[in-house]
Amino acid sequence: MKPITVNPQLHEDGQSTSIISRIWRIPALLAGGIMLAVLVLLAIFIPFISPHDPTGQDLSAFLQPPSAKHWLGTDQLGRDLFTRLIYAARTDLTIMVLAEIIPFCTGVLLGMIAGYYGKWLDSVISLLTDTFIAFPFYLIVIIVAFASGAGQRGIYITFMLVGWIVFARVTRGLTASFRQQEWVASAQTLGLPGIRIILRHILPNVLPQAIVVLMTDMVGLLVAIVTLGYLGIGIAPPTPDWGTMISDGQPFITTAWWLSAVPGLAVVYVGIALSLVGDGLADLWRKK
Amino acid sequence: MGAALQVKNISVHYGGFTALDSINLDLPKHTTLGLVGESGSGKSTLARVIAGLVVPNEGQVLLGPELLKRKRSREQHKKIQMIFQNPDASLNPKHSIRQILSEALLFHRIVDRAQVGTRCKELLARVHMDESALDRYPHQFSGGQRQRIAIARALSVEPSVLIADEPTSALDVSVQRSVLDLFSKLKSELDLTLLFISHDLGVIHEISDTVAVMKQGRLVEINDKDQFFSRPETAYSRELLSAVPRMPNLKPSGGFHEPRT
Amino acid sequence: MMAIRPVLEIDALSLAAKSNKKLVDNVSFSLSKGETLGLVGESGSGKSLTLRAILGILPRGIEQVGGTVKNEERSAMVFQDPRGSLDPLCPVVKQLTEVVYYRQRLSRRASRKAALELLHMLGLPASLQTSDRYPSQLSGGQCQRVVIAMALACKPGILLCDEPTTALDVTVQKQIMETISALQVELGFAMVFVTHNLAIAAAMCSKLCVMKEGKIIEQGNTLSLLQNPQNPYTQMLMNSVLPVPELEGSD
Repeated sequence: MKPITVNPQLHEDGQSTSIISRIWRIPALLAGGIMLAVLVLLAIFIPFISPHDPTGQDLSAFLQPPSAKHWLGTDQLGRDLFTRLIYAARTDLTIMVLAEIIPFCTGVLLGMIAGYYGKWLDSVISLLTDTFIAFPFYLIVIIVAFASGAGQRGIYITFMLVGWIVFARVTRGLTASFRQQEWVASAQTLGLPGIRIILRHILPNVLPQAIVVLMTDMVGLLVAIVTLGYLGIGIAPPTPDWGTMISDGQPFITTAWWLSAVPGLAVVYVGIALSLVGDGLADLWRKK
Repeated sequence: MGAALQVKNISVHYGGFTALDSINLDLPKHTTLGLVGESGSGKSTLARVIAGLVVPNEGQVLLGPELLKRKRSREQHKKIQMIFQNPDASLNPKHSIRQILSEALLFHRIVDRAQVGTRCKELLARVHMDESALDRYPHQFSGGQRQRIAIARALSVEPSVLIADEPTSALDVSVQRSVLDLFSKLKSELDLTLLFISHDLGVIHEISDTVAVMKQGRLVEINDKDQFFSRPETAYSRELLSAVPRMPNLKPSGGFHEPRT
Repeated sequence: MMAIRPVLEIDALSLAAKSNKKLVDNVSFSLSKGETLGLVGESGSGKSLTLRAILGILPRGIEQVGGTVKNEERSAMVFQDPRGSLDPLCPVVKQLTEVVYYRQRLSRRASRKAALELLHMLGLPASLQTSDRYPSQLSGGQCQRVVIAMALACKPGILLCDEPTTALDVTVQKQIMETISALQVELGFAMVFVTHNLAIAAAMCSKLCVMKEGKIIEQGNTLSLLQNPQNPYTQMLMNSVLPVPELEGSD
């Protein structure tokens, strides 16, 4: 019998094209990516861009409006607003990313275990997630922040406690649906152990969705960091942070409104960028 | 001829619902048992019990002389393999064909790492696929090709019993034929014992040596193929057989007869 | 015989996807009152799309790029998946009553009566009259009967059937085929019947169009087409109906 050769013609929606050219065709991903890249590059190279010191006070030049010397003006202590804004991006974005790593990993893992094994393991994990969800997020944040003392540590601890839940819920649902699929049953009939099926087969399939959720979740986390800073239980001054910058500018809202508005807009900017990237990634993986 | 597989008194209950009701079935070595039944008859559940995917509430499965325990050994797992109905869902979409075929080879240490590539190509050749398939992904293949890859994967662990659960039902009629031919060929080449499930009596007639009929979780008839198709023992089998749409008598001399009653 | 004016006339119909890929190419056929035409082919042959074009419900991204569909009578469609075409959260009598109410413009009370009559005609149990059921409480065959009742509630002159028995068991398939044929005799609608199974097409249709890759490759009277297929593809489709031997003592 003559062997049937595999049809070399790929499906027409362009799997043959490279990832890069696919990204080009998703404007959301491109726009979000550029927005993030601009901010990250600024944050990295700010010491070379700006001659000012983020914490250096100049009481002779306080509350100045934007000018060529101070692009966004100065605050009540004469510190350059633009420089502080970008240094604050350094702090806030770093915390945002670091505080998501562990919850993301544990959430995805626990979700897959719950969804795959079901039964009592699933009940326990579901009970945990439901309990945590019943508590208002900010209540937990504020309690932990007070208990562990103000500063970054509170954010990390709180997020390790509650951050994994959203990922666990998403991956649990996905895994449970993949478990019904025949490729999982095939892996089982081949005699592969459960943990191997979870890591080798299910993980690559839940990861895209989990990463999309990660993008939206990071926006929430950023807002939480900024809120804590604003409330005075987050990052302690003089370390620049958007939250403290907003609250510092508040008394001058009638005369120098940009002091509060600019860091607020920065939060919005990152929020939009991350949402665009999330949407774009979802598009990218859906199209495949 | 000894039995390759024996199903003894298997019952499966889901809540109050009885999916399988004391099923007894023998699969003689190197034969094909065609299992027929309508939806909800429990034929897929029986397949999953035999493949070890569903644990029965009662009864036992024997592989040759060995009793299969609730937790099967690796060797026992390898001996019974299953092909599923839906070619869109039977291959992990994120794995290349190379990964799909080599995973069990490596895990069960069937061949050395160095020989995995060669073995994968041999497996593809067995199911009449070109070796250029290795570095592609499941979505790049048609339903029939995917079903061939699924068969190659099942063969990678060198099973003695192959269960096929409606393997051609989701395929186009033109592809169905070639996949059926492949099953027959593999069965004789590799001395397999085949349990072939289908709701399509034409397919069952094509491939089986023995036919078993299930209805609502019970086995209503087991019969030799020719016996079954010409002189079925039970009224239900007769009803099934008479419901099959047939091509009209196409001899130019004969009148065109439309059975509509 | 007098030439009857066709109720459905399709002339050089072409459908294409946004990417300009032709999915249905230059398809023409016509259908007279009470006649059944079978569209036969494998997946991707464009048979379901042709049906959707007749009803004017093309999927998004697919456009008619040429040809005409002349539709003299109202048409209604029966889909392959009976459960998918019913609202799972609405009991079936109520669903059917709604269709009758809006399509036939009867009073609420009369609509319900007409709905129950339709269900009776399709052989659904009379117990539905007193206790309405949800689609999930009915079998697949019963759901398909409800779907057919809903299509008939539109008083169609043309019934479009897209593989109406493919998802059903053989015994149920036979019953549904018989029901559709009987209703056609009674109500006199024309029918376009899409299927991949030539045996079913042969039993249901007086004319056949064999489709492949968007084109009609062969069409004609069912019997003469099957007796003397011109195209090797038609022959292949005929061979793919795996034979089941005749039962002894069935005749």
